[in-house]
Formats: sequence, structure tokens, C-alpha cells
Amino acid sequence: MGQFGIGQPLRRKEDPRLLQGRGQYTDDVNVEGQFWGAFLRSPHAHADILSIDLEAARAAPGVKAVYTSADLDADGVPDMPCEVELADLAGAPMWKPMRPILARDRVRFVGECVALVVAQTQKQAREAAELIEIDWSPLPSVADAREALKAGAPILWPELGQNTPVHWQNKPSLEADAAMAGAAWRVDVNIINNRLVPAPMEPKAALASWNEQEGESLGKLTLWAPTQGGRKIQANLAKRYLRIAQDRMRVISLDVGGGFGMRGQTYPEYVALVWAAKQIGGAVKWRADRTETFFSDYHGRDQVNEAQMGLDEYGRIVALKIHTLVNLGAYMAENGPRMPIEGGGRIIPCCYHVPHFYFSVKPVFTNTVSTDTYRGAGRPEANFLMERLMDAAAEATGLTRDEVRRRNFITEFPYKTPMGYVIDSGEFARGMDEAMRMAEWDTFEDRRAEAYSRGYLRGIGVAAFIEAAGGRAPTEDMRVRAELDGTVTIFSGSHAHGQGHDTVFSQLLNEFLGVEPARVRLVQGDTDVTPKGSIGTFGSRSSMMGGAGIKASCEKLVAKGVKIAAHLMQSEPDAVTFSEGVFHAGGSEMSFTEVATAAWDATRIPEGMTPGLDEGHNFQREAENFPNGCHVCEVEIDPETGIAEIVRYVAVDDCGAVLNPLIVHGQVYGGVTQGLGQAMIEHALYDAEGQFVSATYMDYGMPRAHRMPFVEAGFNTVACRTNPLGVKGAGEAGACGAPPAFIGALVDALRDYGVTHMDMPATPEKIWRAIYGAQFDTQKSDGIYAEVT
Amino acid sequence: MKTKVTLTVNGQERSAEVEPRTLLVELLRDQLGLTGTHVGCDTTQCGCCVIHVDDKAVKSCTMLAVQAQGCNILTIEGLAAPDGTLHPMQEAFREHHGLQCGFCTPGMVMMGVDIARRLPGADEKTVREELHGNLCRCTGYQGIVEAILSVANPGAVKEHHHA
Repeated sequence: MGQFGIGQPLRRKEDPRLLQGRGQYTDDVNVEGQFWGAFLRSPHAHADILSIDLEAARAAPGVKAVYTSADLDADGVPDMPCEVELADLAGAPMWKPMRPILARDRVRFVGECVALVVAQTQKQAREAAELIEIDWSPLPSVADAREALKAGAPILWPELGQNTPVHWQNKPSLEADAAMAGAAWRVDVNIINNRLVPAPMEPKAALASWNEQEGESLGKLTLWAPTQGGRKIQANLAKRYLRIAQDRMRVISLDVGGGFGMRGQTYPEYVALVWAAKQIGGAVKWRADRTETFFSDYHGRDQVNEAQMGLDEYGRIVALKIHTLVNLGAYMAENGPRMPIEGGGRIIPCCYHVPHFYFSVKPVFTNTVSTDTYRGAGRPEANFLMERLMDAAAEATGLTRDEVRRRNFITEFPYKTPMGYVIDSGEFARGMDEAMRMAEWDTFEDRRAEAYSRGYLRGIGVAAFIEAAGGRAPTEDMRVRAELDGTVTIFSGSHAHGQGHDTVFSQLLNEFLGVEPARVRLVQGDTDVTPKGSIGTFGSRSSMMGGAGIKASCEKLVAKGVKIAAHLMQSEPDAVTFSEGVFHAGGSEMSFTEVATAAWDATRIPEGMTPGLDEGHNFQREAENFPNGCHVCEVEIDPETGIAEIVRYVAVDDCGAVLNPLIVHGQVYGGVTQGLGQAMIEHALYDAEGQFVSATYMDYGMPRAHRMPFVEAGFNTVACRTNPLGVKGAGEAGACGAPPAFIGALVDALRDYGVTHMDMPATPEKIWRAIYGAQFDTQKSDGIYAEVT
Repeated sequence: MKTKVTLTVNGQERSAEVEPRTLLVELLRDQLGLTGTHVGCDTTQCGCCVIHVDDKAVKSCTMLAVQAQGCNILTIEGLAAPDGTLHPMQEAFREHHGLQCGFCTPGMVMMGVDIARRLPGADEKTVREELHGNLCRCTGYQGIVEAILSVANPGAVKEHHHA
């Protein structure tokens, strides 16, 4: 409807505030009389703590308290669990360790929290932390998943006796083996899917405040922190760690400087800080620097995949076998081992029909920080693997890269995947055709020849992908309230940290109630006021979950409004209609605002009716949705430097019904850039001693503007059939499409040099070595590459 | 040991007692309450803290507060007109969806103003290179580059695919 409704590229309501520096991020918040916290972190990858001497730190200027695991243990604060349950084929459950909030007796990765110092200023707290004397006894360490499985590798958990807590398989491999044996073609790929740091621009910070005033006779704790919706963190902190009533814990995340999946977890720092605030009966603020943020936010990816695919004589897939190692880190994060299986496995084998599928996953403990959900959470890994296999299949069969994909695309829906998930809709071939058309694929060879004449190497890559959006939690709680002054308030269980909910949800209210966006207020990120059943935002879920919750709430508002309008216009409810913000009855009409105002006046509503227009809906989804798309990337390599410039990037996405194309494209651009970052330059790297050597923006290759392409984005819209708005997620798709599109283009450009695959990040150094041959490969640099500017 | 610094911030003279090691961004955020300028790193890489010092873009994490004695400082809070009318660069960021989470935004906008002033007519490649010291994790830079181009060189903005 109109200029503000669904489908319009409405400019964002959030922007004037954020553009004038009026955001309220965690570090912008201060409480009178607050103390400052600083964590002492492990400098060792693996070491026993023989003794800790806190005397000097406790005596340092301004120090209020110094805490270690002994203090938390004395108060009965429990360790942190992993929430994932897995079992092997015989039914034996996965072994799970617990993570102490502050390390107890032993540290297992560099950056693990050991002690918390609370002092009057941040500098005092940090300086006192350096005075803590620890007698360390270093142990051998291992950071690489493959190394950790070798005989004689250091064992992280002696009580387990090995570094893998379960060998998960979808089923025995017999059927897939038999089908593979009968295949006309067999192709293999071996992939190292590089570890990444999520790196939202806002460093991690928190402010925990204990308050015995404000009408709370027993006191109440407030935590300001950059979360993705604080309800679960509130519940964890209150019920598990502090053992207080949940509503005596309040979590506030007003503006959050990026999430990307890594800011939804209950981090140990939060637990330690709220506990410390309660101990001292005051407020403790903590502001991590960038390196500390890199150490303490969970990392993403870090898989090793070995896969084999068999095809028949027509190039149709007959079998697929995948062996995956996922590096868990030293502990198991909340979702850690879920990444390859439920995260990625639910979309495998991606856009293609595969009759026989075998899938084996071994999670592996190493002396690194935990891995967990990061933009795509298993799906980028799955799509990368599948698209590398499809390129290999084209090479083997002699079919073109688009033809081998075309022959295997799923075309009939609903389609049940081998892991039991049901894809409702998609037009994969149409999306690929559109992407290839936009990218002028047909005339690429002319461009390759022209580049060659200038001494450059050109390549083009195509990647089809599918995503699963909606997040694990199947519900979201939303509430819409019409106010006396004509404004409408949305109490949102979804949480925006860049996604523009204030704008898009306002468009929904415009569509369903006829209210102008300027009169809509979004309330989010405060557990005292957001709906009880709030879940939050992750897994590209807000358009479907929050959006459907708003739609249903609006329908309830209109249904009640019809009764009130009928009462006021002396009509029967059956005779009242509502369209474009107006209730009609015969020749009479009342605007939504008029009815909403009347609704709060008990004398103007039908007898027995509760005053007000205030309705909530806890939406329960029927199924997840499956965004998909096809990206085409064209690169030009300067063989003298190995720099691959992206000369063209086309992204055609099926995000279902588009609520706001400006915002959806923004999600695509951002996702593509994170995908290209993974493919080109990002690598969270631990050295042989387990030191994290890429722990600053100087050492970690963040994608920067001058190496990123202008993305040409298009839509291949197929409305989702399983949710009321027909939407599919948009947030994570780009990160799925970009890595295989870029690597495919690179391999295409380097074909003459015998290159069939290149692991990520495909840095200029790697590319240069591929061109100039093995004679230059004198040292195995193992991934330490300077960013080329 | 503290030192008094006096400087002009967003048109107003301000004074504060600072330690010799106090960074300019710490003075702005922690002592003057101007939290629009953000800190995203500690190695002068991210550019979230870019402000203008005597009309030049400067990373305020890389300058000591005492070095700003007598300087004319402009932060994101002082960019819009007193009546609240957005600066053309702020308006351009909104028009071209140059921000998502908003954390890098103040630095990006201040940098954008500086680029447009120094390099009128700059092409897309130049704008991208000029942004080398400003990181964004959300937008893929596309809306940011378009916004700055739309001010510095309107003819160079590529056609909008989302209208």
C-alpha cells in the first residue's frame, strides 16, 4: 500500500539519530559511582595454574576487589554448559565439558579469563590486573583440528582421553558406498574452511549494576551489553548463575554495533560482571579493547571437509559422501557442535537432488577460543563445499559449469532433504539464468582474451546456494499497542542491531493499520518492557518471525477495532470493513486513530470489553524458510602481484517477498562482503604454540572499501509458502554465495596453471605462488599473509 | 599530574583537566560526554573515531588531548545545522543506505565530509581508496561509497537498482 507500505524502499527511520551521534551503545552508558572491571587473561594456550598471588593487585591504588574462580565456587556459581545434544550411531551421547566462568586450575586457550579486577578507574583495574602473580606450568598445545586427531597430540580433556567427543553420522555409509561404486564419474574435494573472527565494529562492553533502590526491596541487577536480544541472557544470568527471580535481572541492549550471530550468547564476562556487581553492591563497567574482543567473542567456521560426489553418465548426482572436522575450540560454546550438523547439514546437499547421502562429523577440541554461530553458521561451509564439488563435476564430465548445475537442481517442491528438512519453494535455474545474463556470461571469453592481451588473467565463477532462515527457536513474541495520542507502539521480541526493524516494522503497520511510519515507535532491547516470549534476532529470522507476529497482532487489533467501530457507528460488526486505515460501515467511516482513541475510553466501547487496542501474538512458525540465490563473480588477476581484482559481482537473490528492497539489498551487500572477506583475506590464525597471531585489525584482514566490488543486485522472488508474509531471510545469503563465486572465478582464471582448487583466504601471495610455481614455494608460510594494500 | 586543556568543540569553548596520556577521544567521550565519536579499535585501524581538527579529518584515538590545546574540533554532534537540518553528507548517508548498525557511521560521515571537501569530482575508485582507514562490517561499503560520491561527484553515482 502506498509510499510507506510493503515493498517500498523507505529510507530508514533510525538514521537521523545514528547520523548525529545520538545512538546509545553500551559504552555510552555510565552509572554514577560505577567501578571498572578488567579481566586478566591467559597468555598461554595450555597451562596449569600452580598458584595465584593476588596481594599486590589487591593493594594497588583504587582496587575494590579481585576475584578468581575460588570466589565464584565459594558462592556456588556454576560453570557454563553447551546446549547441544548429539549421539553416535550406537546411541552413545556426546561427551561435554563445562567451562568455568574464570579458569580453575588450568587454562586451555590464549585469552581465557582468569581473574576479574574491580577498581575505581579502568586504568587502575588494568594496571592492577598486571600485578597478579601466577605461577604457570605450560603444557603442550594444539590449535589445528587435524593435528589434534593425530596420535600423540596433546589431549585437552584427559577425562575424555581423546580430542573428539563424538563421531556423528547421519547413517551407515553402505548405501552411499554402493551408489558411489556404480557412478560413471567420481570427483573429490578437500577443503579447509578458514576460521574467522566476527568482528562487529563495536568492541565488547558491559555495564552491570546492582540497585537496591527503585522500589526493589531485595535489589535488582541491570546489565547493559551488546546482545542480539537479551531475554535468554536474562534467563541464564538470573536462574542459572545468580539464582534470583528472572524479573530481578534486567538486560538492556538499545543500540548494538553489529551482531553477526556472535552476540547472542551468555559470555563468561557477563556472568562474572553481574556477579561482581552484586558482590560489591554497586556498578561495574567493562570495556574490552579490540584484541580482547577478538579473544573473547566466539569465532566462526574452522572446518575441514573431505567430500566425494558420484555422477551418472548424464552428469546427474548419484551419491555424496562428506567427512567433516569442526574445530570446537577448547570448550563447547552454547551452539558449537551444532554448526556443521544442524547449522549446515539441514541444507546439504544445497540446491541439488542427491539420492544417496552419507555425512560424518567429528567435532574436535583444540587450544583455541570456541567456535559458534557466525553469519550463516554452517550454511556457508556447506554451500562452499557443494559448489566446489559442482565445479569439479563440470571439469570431470566436460559439461559447462551452469549445465551440470542445471541437470541437478531441485525442481519439485516441497522437497524433503536427506536430513529431513522440507524446502517449500525455489526457482534455482531461473535465478542462475538471471545472474548469468546480468553478468554477461555469454561474452566472457571476449573479456578474457582482451585482458590476456594486456597481460592479465581473467576468470568467472558461478555459485548457486541455499540458506535456511528463521533460527532454531520456533516462536517470537510481538505486541502492538495503539496509544491515546495517535501513535502506535511495537513491543518487539526481535532485536535490530543494524537490520532496520524500526523502518520495516513501521512499513508493516502502515500496510496493516494505515498508520504513517512517523507515528510508529519501536521498543526493543530491554527485558523490562519487551514481550515475555521474546527470542531475539539471529538466523535471518526477524522478517518472518517478528513480521508474522506483527501481522497477527494487527489482525487482532483490527478485529477488536471492528467491534468498537460498529458500536460507535451503530452498526453490526459484520457490516464493518477495514481498509487502508479506515473502518467503514454503510456511509459512515472512522479512522483507525479515531477508533484507537475511543478504545481507551470505557464509556465508548461495548459493555464488558477491556479498554484499549493492545494486542500481542506469540508467533509459532510452521517451518523455516529457504532463501537462495545465484552469484556470479568476475576477477582479473595481475600476475606480477597476485592481486585479484573483482571487476564484476552480480547477486541474484530469492529472499521471498521483499518488505524493503533498500534494506534487503543492504543485507546482501554486507553478506557478500563478509563472504568475500573470508574468500580473499580473513583468517583467524593460531601459530604452532597456540598464540592467536591475528588479534588486531592490523593483523586480521578485514575487507576494506578499495578491495570490495560494486555489487549489482537483483531479485528472483519466489514467495515462501510457509509463513504469512511470504518472506525468506536475507541476512546470511551473501556470505553463502560469495566464497564459492570468488574461488570459482579464481580457479577459472588460473586453469592454465593447473589450479583446480585454492583454499581460503586466497591471498595475493597464494595466487602469486600458484602462478609462479612450486619453485617459489620454499617455505610453508601456513597462512600468515600481510594484507596487500 | 593533570594538565588543563582548552579547545573549541562544536563552536563552544571547553576546558578540562587531563592526564598527559589521555587521548583526545577519551576527553571527548569520557569527560565532555560527546559519545557520538566511537572507539572501535586501539591500533588506529578502524576510523570510528574520526573527527575534524582545524578542518582536517583526524583519528581522535591517535592524538593526545593535550595536543588539541587551542584547536577547533568538530565532532558528529556538531555537523548538523543548529536547527537540526542534517548536513548534506548525513542526508546522503540516509538516502543511499550508508549505515546499518551505525557504529562506524560517525567516523565515516566525518571522513566523507573531508573527502568531498578535498577531492571534489573524485571517482568511485578514489573514494574507495580514501576510505582505506575506515572499517565497516555491515554495509559492504556500497551505500557509503555511493553517499560520498553523491556529494563529491553526483554524476558518478551508479543507477539505483532498488529505487
